[in-house]
Amino acid sequence: MSGPAGDDAPDAEGAAVPAIRRVAGTGVPVRGDDIDTDQILPARFLKAVTFDDMGEYAFYDQRRDADGELNDHPLNEYRGANVLAVNENFGCGSSREHAPQGLMRWGVEAIVGESFAEIFQDNCKSLGIATLAVDHEDAVALQDFIEANPDAGIEVDVREETVRYDGTVVEGEVPDAMREALLEGIWDTTAVMRTNLDRAKAVHDDLPYTDD
Amino acid sequence: MSEGTLYDKVWERHKVADLPNGQDQLFIGLHLVHEVTSPQAFGMLRERDMEVAFPDRTVATTDHIVPTTSEGRSRPLADERAEEMLTHLEQNTADAGIRFFGLDDERQGIAHVVGPELGFVQPGMTVVCGDSHTSTHGAFGAIGMGIGTSQIRDVFATGSIAADKKAVRRVEVGGELGDGVGAKDVILHVIRQLGVDGGVGHVYEYGGEAIRSLDMEGRLAVCNMSIEGGARAGYINPDETTYEYLRGREFAPSGDAFEERKEYWESIRSDADAEYDDVVEVDADDLAPQVTWGTNPEQVVGVDEAVPEPADTRDPEAAASAQAHTEVTPGETMEGHAVDVAFLGTCTNGRVADFREAARVLAGREVDDDVRALAVPGSGTVKRKLEAEGIDEVFEDAGFQWREAGCSMCLAMNDDALEGDEVCASSSNRNYVGRQGSTEGRTHLMSPAMVAAAAVEGAVTDVREFDTPDAVGTEVDE
Repeated sequence: MSGPAGDDAPDAEGAAVPAIRRVAGTGVPVRGDDIDTDQILPARFLKAVTFDDMGEYAFYDQRRDADGELNDHPLNEYRGANVLAVNENFGCGSSREHAPQGLMRWGVEAIVGESFAEIFQDNCKSLGIATLAVDHEDAVALQDFIEANPDAGIEVDVREETVRYDGTVVEGEVPDAMREALLEGIWDTTAVMRTNLDRAKAVHDDLPYTDD
Repeated sequence: MSEGTLYDKVWERHKVADLPNGQDQLFIGLHLVHEVTSPQAFGMLRERDMEVAFPDRTVATTDHIVPTTSEGRSRPLADERAEEMLTHLEQNTADAGIRFFGLDDERQGIAHVVGPELGFVQPGMTVVCGDSHTSTHGAFGAIGMGIGTSQIRDVFATGSIAADKKAVRRVEVGGELGDGVGAKDVILHVIRQLGVDGGVGHVYEYGGEAIRSLDMEGRLAVCNMSIEGGARAGYINPDETTYEYLRGREFAPSGDAFEERKEYWESIRSDADAEYDDVVEVDADDLAPQVTWGTNPEQVVGVDEAVPEPADTRDPEAAASAQAHTEVTPGETMEGHAVDVAFLGTCTNGRVADFREAARVLAGREVDDDVRALAVPGSGTVKRKLEAEGIDEVFEDAGFQWREAGCSMCLAMNDDALEGDEVCASSSNRNYVGRQGSTEGRTHLMSPAMVAAAAVEGAVTDVREFDTPDAVGTEVDE
């Protein structure tokens, strides 16, 4: 099967927020360390008041030649994939949520890589995109495998913190809070924090600077 | 686990609750808002029929998309999408009762310039903004963190974010800074030592002789670029320099309230026996002015130091690709590397002290005929102060364009952009490929003084070789 799998858990205000236990599908490898969010989603496309069109702009410049024609960038070559395979410090730089929004709307549901920039990883958590950190050798081996077998199944298991492909099981790490949030279907934190609004007001009132 | 640090103390004061996913719900004392990352969050609130919970702790400005020519700022803006974003922010802030510094307010400017200079940001606060350079506010001994738009929705709805406490790394910067060397050089040097991802999972506490000696503008520049080293937040313990900067600011407490507040500020300083997760030492003695040669901020050298061979860098493949993009030659220094554009401004170096420093270099000199030079004050307040001092004339006489406040060519969301493969000497914070609006453009990060020197010579130059007056313009007390 493909796509996120799991139960729908009601959130504090009754809306269904799906739990995400695993993501199964095919892979798309994007190689390179320190790929910043300006590369993932160039600033000129941020001029919009919604995220609706962001899928069009993921890696926009890198997917095109100088003359504007689509080139052989992985996001052009591996359409339909949902597991992105990357390297070190992926998503560094600007905090723009447009970057993971763009990847998500292109089709990405999980990202396996060596490491992730913090704000990017937080944004992934907010959107229900799982990130799995694996060793350098494992990240490269996964990228090699996807390139050799673009149609092969890849499965990221959030509970087990593994990525499985071709009989291989690679152990990695999903940050604890993200893992809990995805498995319990509480990755949308607004509702749960809103239930503590009175306590937030108490903290507000107790701080020395809030009556300025 | 750290203990007794400013970070620990401020975190505890702002903790609201333990969340089911194991994170803390952290109260946000100041939420800075701008037009690019907020409209979607306001939209999410409307979808859920929620209101902004703490409009009194929220301040908005417009910075990313605004034109910086005075004629370009008449409404409606020529760029329809920019106009749409600005209109949304005006409407959203009016509906929610949020204070907004718009284009018709002379205090408008970059969020990270406006927040500090108007006295909104104070020691011991938690500060967030949908912008990674929110780390800037750590200069006051606040915890400043960049957040994404879903988290902005969280802050609007709950005054809080869900967050994990990070490890605290003490970054001890020793040594005395020489003439022509300043905060920008220090932070670029720190990032080179610790790497662009060295700070992931950490908060940086900067200290040591080289940090203590910096004025607030310098400290803001250092903390601003924490995120370029992977640290979401970086801070400096508050001291007399901090308090003196705050005294008299429009939205800071005054009189007895100021003295009373100071007790809180003093109380959240890291204890003398505080425990850190780790401590790193960085030597800034005899530091040369720094210039980036590549396409991330860690790819940097002293101006008199040879650009490294890719093999001698942390990531040889990235270095080779960066050098192909910037067309620099390993083994040679950056001195003499031709520039087409000089850009002065941004949330890193767009403050009064930054322009004064550059003006000392420009006084009596002219920008090279082949260089396009832009001076973009970080806010209307900065601009007016510099104009009162006559500093604008120094820039205009030298051949700089003197612009209105905004983010401008740092990320080129307005008309200020590199064209083709132009090479830019920039006082901004990111030299990523395409960052300044052209995928072929090249960015070399450096201090304001170094940008001014490069503008004059038409090439990267060691500013220490320039004779400069101690001060230019007339300092005017407000």
